[in-house]
Amino acid sequence: MIAAMEHRRSTDSVSTDFTVASLEGVNKNYGEVRALRGVNFQVRAGEVVALLGPNGAGKTTAVKLLLGLMPPNAGRVRVFGGDPTNPANRTRTGAMLQVGRVPETLRVREHIDLFSTYYQNPMPAEKILAAAGLEKLRDRKFGELSGGQWQRVLFALAICGDPDLLFLDEPTVGLDVEARRLLWDEIRHLVGRGKTVLLTTHYLQEADALADRIAVINKGEIIAEGTPAEIKARTSGKRIRCITTLDLQRLRQIAGVTEVKEDREAVDIHAREAESVVRELLACDATLSGLEVTSGGLEDAFLALTQDTVRNGDRSN
Amino acid sequence: MSTATMVLSNIRSERSPQHTARIYVKEAKYEFLKNLRLRVYTASVLSFPLMFYVLFGLVLNAKEAIGGLRVPTYLIATYGTFGVMGASLFGTAAGLASDRGLGWLQVKRASPMPPFAYFTAKVVTSMIFSTIIVLALFALGLIFGGVRMPVAEFARLLGTLVAGSLPFSAMGLAIGYFAGPNSAPPTINLIYLPMSFCSGLWVPFMFLPKVVRQIALVLPPYHLSQLALGVVGAGGHESNAAHWEVLLAFTMICLGVARIGFQRDQGKLYG
Repeated sequence: MIAAMEHRRSTDSVSTDFTVASLEGVNKNYGEVRALRGVNFQVRAGEVVALLGPNGAGKTTAVKLLLGLMPPNAGRVRVFGGDPTNPANRTRTGAMLQVGRVPETLRVREHIDLFSTYYQNPMPAEKILAAAGLEKLRDRKFGELSGGQWQRVLFALAICGDPDLLFLDEPTVGLDVEARRLLWDEIRHLVGRGKTVLLTTHYLQEADALADRIAVINKGEIIAEGTPAEIKARTSGKRIRCITTLDLQRLRQIAGVTEVKEDREAVDIHAREAESVVRELLACDATLSGLEVTSGGLEDAFLALTQDTVRNGDRSN
Repeated sequence: MSTATMVLSNIRSERSPQHTARIYVKEAKYEFLKNLRLRVYTASVLSFPLMFYVLFGLVLNAKEAIGGLRVPTYLIATYGTFGVMGASLFGTAAGLASDRGLGWLQVKRASPMPPFAYFTAKVVTSMIFSTIIVLALFALGLIFGGVRMPVAEFARLLGTLVAGSLPFSAMGLAIGYFAGPNSAPPTINLIYLPMSFCSGLWVPFMFLPKVVRQIALVLPPYHLSQLALGVVGAGGHESNAAHWEVLLAFTMICLGVARIGFQRDQGKLYG
């Protein structure tokens, strides 16, 4: 078997063999809104992939397509090599979605009991309660829980069937630091048992802490993909802001400039290194004013990658 | 290595019939518990028909008769219809609209739950609450109103009314698919209360104005109440078959509408 795998690896078909979920050229529109545009994305067996992006970027849409909750307008969605709506696939996947309200008069253990019944080989209730940190809350009604406790119940429902593939949509929203760490540990534990996880988040820190691979999504398009180290490297340039008479075309020609954008009266320039770019800017434009150079941490770098959306205040979804 | 074999082997896991049955039973059990603990539901759905019956059937008109039938007996049939209709409409529409609108139904749909189990649970729960209401009305009539009828007749009355839960459950599913989580309860009231009045569930049918009586001919609660009244010996001149046909046609139309909503949901995002 190992030999066979080595063989496949050498023939370069390994990535398709090990893909457990994929979006291929997927478009998804809600009326006029184009939520996903030509997205290609794979989740491979045994890895944790983070779909990282601001609110409204299309993360939740991607997850819902992979769960077969709606069809794409174009392209193909595959899970375990088949249709995501296939009932046999659904017994092998678990999902934690963002929910506005859950039946509030049922107790935590009752919700878990019901969802466990759906699966072929559910985990024992005690293990589920322990994994989600719900032992003390088992007899509480859902309506009596706090927001963070809600999230833990939804996580419990996602893992109760002991699924091979887990979709977690913004799993740590509303959790305090301690609960977040607990959930991270639990996700790592699942991966240690050979599970595959796709999680969405808008915290780079979370993606960095958990993921083997990060796909950055913004305005319905994947704008960067790679290991956390690669993403950080890609986004860790400098940001130069100034008011200049030079046109955008000219600015883009300066060596080391990766991106140029107009922002109100000024321009935002992203560059791998600031010094050479600033030198040339000052040489070319004697009237240049309002010069700022920032380097920013990880979160800033992520903001830089997805800045358009944030600036436009696009916070739908 | 283990993950590789896990993914490559395509596990064709067919569910055993026993497992499927267990899912249906659990789904219905928790749906029932959920509604039983929901005070808004039990308070409005159980207490209104019982309160009306005590007031108009036992306190006020207990000695009167309508069309040769004693009022306490007559009103079991009409308030029974009223109760069944309320339990079924609220039991299906309100829960479905809020599950749909607030994302819970998507969590269920993403799970391996058979979709039909979800709907069956709602319909079965409505039928159980319908049974409870009819039994409670009868118990009140028996103890405080001197209502007497043969066991077989009561069984037919109960069976008719509980079967009558189906058209209203179907209607509730249709409403639940097209009303929002907050607009569902007022929408139900807007349909439920006028329909009850026009069908002669509050004021006996023959005392209603002629134009209202004509409207009633197309209303399902009128036909269900006439069937129930027929069992206790106060039916109208139409045949039972005609009443059942109207109820069946109404059920099919509502299921058709609900189906459109169900299919629309598969391609749409809510919340």
